[in-house]
Formats: sequence, structure tokens, C-alpha cells
Amino acid sequence: MITTDIGIIGAGPTGMFAVFEAGLLKMHCHLIDSLPQAGGQLSEIYPQKPIYDIPGYPAINAQQLVDNLSEQIAPFHPGFTLGERVETLEKQQDGTWTIGTNEGTLINCKVVVIAGGLGCFEPRKPEVDRLAEFEGKGVLYAVRNPEAFRDRNIVIAGGGDSALDWTIFLANVAKKVTLVHRGDTFRGAPDAAEKVAELARTGIIDLVLKSRVVALDGAGHLEQVTITGQNGQDQHIQADNFIPLFGLSPKLGPIENWGLKIDKSAIEVNTFDYSTNVEGIYAIGDINTYPGKLKLILCGFHEAALMAQSAFKHVYPDQRLTFKYTTVYGITELA
Amino acid sequence: MITFNVKDRDGKQTAIEVPEGISLNLMEVLKGSGYDILATCGGMALCATCRVQVKTGAEQLPPPGDAELDILDTLPSIEDNTRLSCQLRVNESLEGCHFTIPPED
Repeated sequence: MITTDIGIIGAGPTGMFAVFEAGLLKMHCHLIDSLPQAGGQLSEIYPQKPIYDIPGYPAINAQQLVDNLSEQIAPFHPGFTLGERVETLEKQQDGTWTIGTNEGTLINCKVVVIAGGLGCFEPRKPEVDRLAEFEGKGVLYAVRNPEAFRDRNIVIAGGGDSALDWTIFLANVAKKVTLVHRGDTFRGAPDAAEKVAELARTGIIDLVLKSRVVALDGAGHLEQVTITGQNGQDQHIQADNFIPLFGLSPKLGPIENWGLKIDKSAIEVNTFDYSTNVEGIYAIGDINTYPGKLKLILCGFHEAALMAQSAFKHVYPDQRLTFKYTTVYGITELA
Repeated sequence: MITFNVKDRDGKQTAIEVPEGISLNLMEVLKGSGYDILATCGGMALCATCRVQVKTGAEQLPPPGDAELDILDTLPSIEDNTRLSCQLRVNESLEGCHFTIPPED
């Protein structure tokens, strides 16, 4: 079990800066993020894009800002659990919290700060009859172990890069791959689209265009998918697996079940200290909402500073907090 | 003034007037006008929660760019002339268009 003062869910710029503000008040932090690196959207989505509204930087590349934040928080020695998704949050009898990840990592902390940005990215699910029923029983939203599909009949749905790439890869592994696409062209990488067309021409895969998977069937495990074409005619295909690959959509995920007040996929907070309706849990950055909320990095930084002042009373209930400027006192490395 | 029509999820149609020369996209105007649009990603063409159907005037709009086409491609089922409102600049090209807000995901 990892033990710390503040468990920060989300290692984007706001979560990272929260380490700094907490560190000034001698509070230790541990960051958890489902992405394999710190930086959130900045590193994952637009590392090379310039940002123009960080005070003091007329322009700064997103990744450079993340690198600077890493340097800035280094004296406070934050812990990191990266590439793991937070699943559970439980209040302990002594008033502390235990955060649990999908990999079984446990982090015990006195304060929880949710800095989860857009939330976690979950597979976008198509509208298919009995889809949920066959999840884990033939329906998958990602390919993890290609060998699991050896000698099986697979139906892949989607028109993006991942649908094309997995169709090509699994064509050599599976007994038969059927690719179903609602359009009649592919915008993915030209090489991949051409390769898929070639596999279809030579009969190695089946390509079903202008069609949608509409229903699943089977006794216990998936056995058959029903595909509807543009002319409204149904065809039934024998299938052991159905893999819809329709990209990812940001969702709040498990956070939704923690008893927090939520408005339109954002956590409601008190702007006094960015606390949620649950004592000891704060929410800062893009994931929170309040009247006048702006989803800006600089607002997340501000929220982190106020959160830390308030979180202090949970971490050091017997101490009085006196505000100090870094220009007067500098920063003190945490032990 | 630029005027276009918006039909919400309950089927209520409203004409929206926006001054020319404002630097906003359609998603921002729709949100600002009180429409229930998530726009989780804030306009980066990532989440597709701001998508609208263009019922009239699709041909007068600038064609979708790569980022928009990529995300539209990944959606399981969409109507013809579906666009991401965050990728549509509010300018004369919207004049007279009819937009419908589709049901939530």
C-alpha cells in the first residue's frame, strides 16, 4: 500500500501543479493516471501545439509546459502510478481514503483531489441489440491478445485506422475476418485501405460496406451477428467474436459512483476551496464545474492553489496555516 | 446579422441571430444560447458530443477538415450531413442553414 497526504487522480497540468501548491505547505502527493506518461491532454493529444495563455509565456509548446511542470514539482518528490485507471475509492475508519486501480495498486491518503480533465476515454459503443449481454462473451472493444482469435470467426465493425489495422493483422490469425463499415470508402492510411481491399479481392477477408451490425445472437457465448445493408436486407454471419472499433469517447467512468454531485459529466464544487459535496474530496481543472467555469489551464492552476490551502486542515488538523510567499521564503524540498 | 435555425432534441425550432465578425464556432454559440450540448473536449474535435445534422445548407458550409472527418469516421452510426459544431466557424456560410441537435450518445 502506498501512503501519502494527497492522492491526485489525473496527472495533467492541473494535477501536476497541485503537487507544487501542496508541496509548499509540506504535503506529500501521489499522482495516478491511466495514460502511460504525465501531462494529460497536453502530452497525449497536442504535445507540439503552442499554448498562448499561460501567464509569463507569450507562447509555449504543450510538452515544454509539461516538462517545466515536472521540473517545478521535482523538489516535492511526488509519487506516480501511471498507466493504471482508478476504479475504487473507499473511506477508511480513521477518516483516510483508499484509492484502488484496475491493476490492484492501493493508495492511502488523507485528501483526494480529482484532476481528471476530460475523464477517462472509453470505447464508443454502437447501438446493437444484446450488445451488453455478450460483453466478455465474444464482444470486445480492443484487441489485446491476437492469439485469442486464432481459428475463430471474427466480425470487426468500424471505418477508422484501428478497424483497418486489426482487420489486416487478424486476417492471418483468424479463420475468417469480416469487416463491416457503414460507409463505402475508408479514410484511414491509404496503404491500409488498399491492403484491406486486396484482402477482400482475394477472398481472404469479407468486406461488407454500407452496412451495420444490428443484432447479436448466441446461447451463452456469441454465435451469430446480424448485419443490415442499405437496402434494408439482413444477413446473418457466424461469429465467435464481435469487435466494434468506433474510437474512444470521454466519460467520467467510476467517478460517477462516488456520491459526488455531478452536472453534465462535471463535478460540482464550491469555489471557496474547490471542495466537492464529500468532505475530503476536491475537484480541480477541466473536470469540475461552477458558475462561470472556464476550462483553462490557468484556471486549473488557480484552483490547485486554493484547494491546497483548504486541504491543509485535513492533513495537519492541529496546525495553523500561515500564508507565505515563495519570493520571501523560497521553496523547501520535501523529505 | 447572421441568421440560422436550430431544432433542439424536443423538436423545438428557433432562429438564432449572431452579429457578423464574431470569432466563435457554432458549438460555442449553441452552448451560449442554452442548448444542452456536452462538448466535453472543448472544441478539439475529439469527443463528437457537439455534433449537429445539417438539414439545409450543408453545401454552403466549408468542407470538414481531416480532424473532423477522422472523428466522424469513428462514429458507429450518423445521419448524412453530420458535422461537428465546434469545427464550424460562425460566419456568412451559416446564413439560412437549418441544424438539428441529434440525441445524446
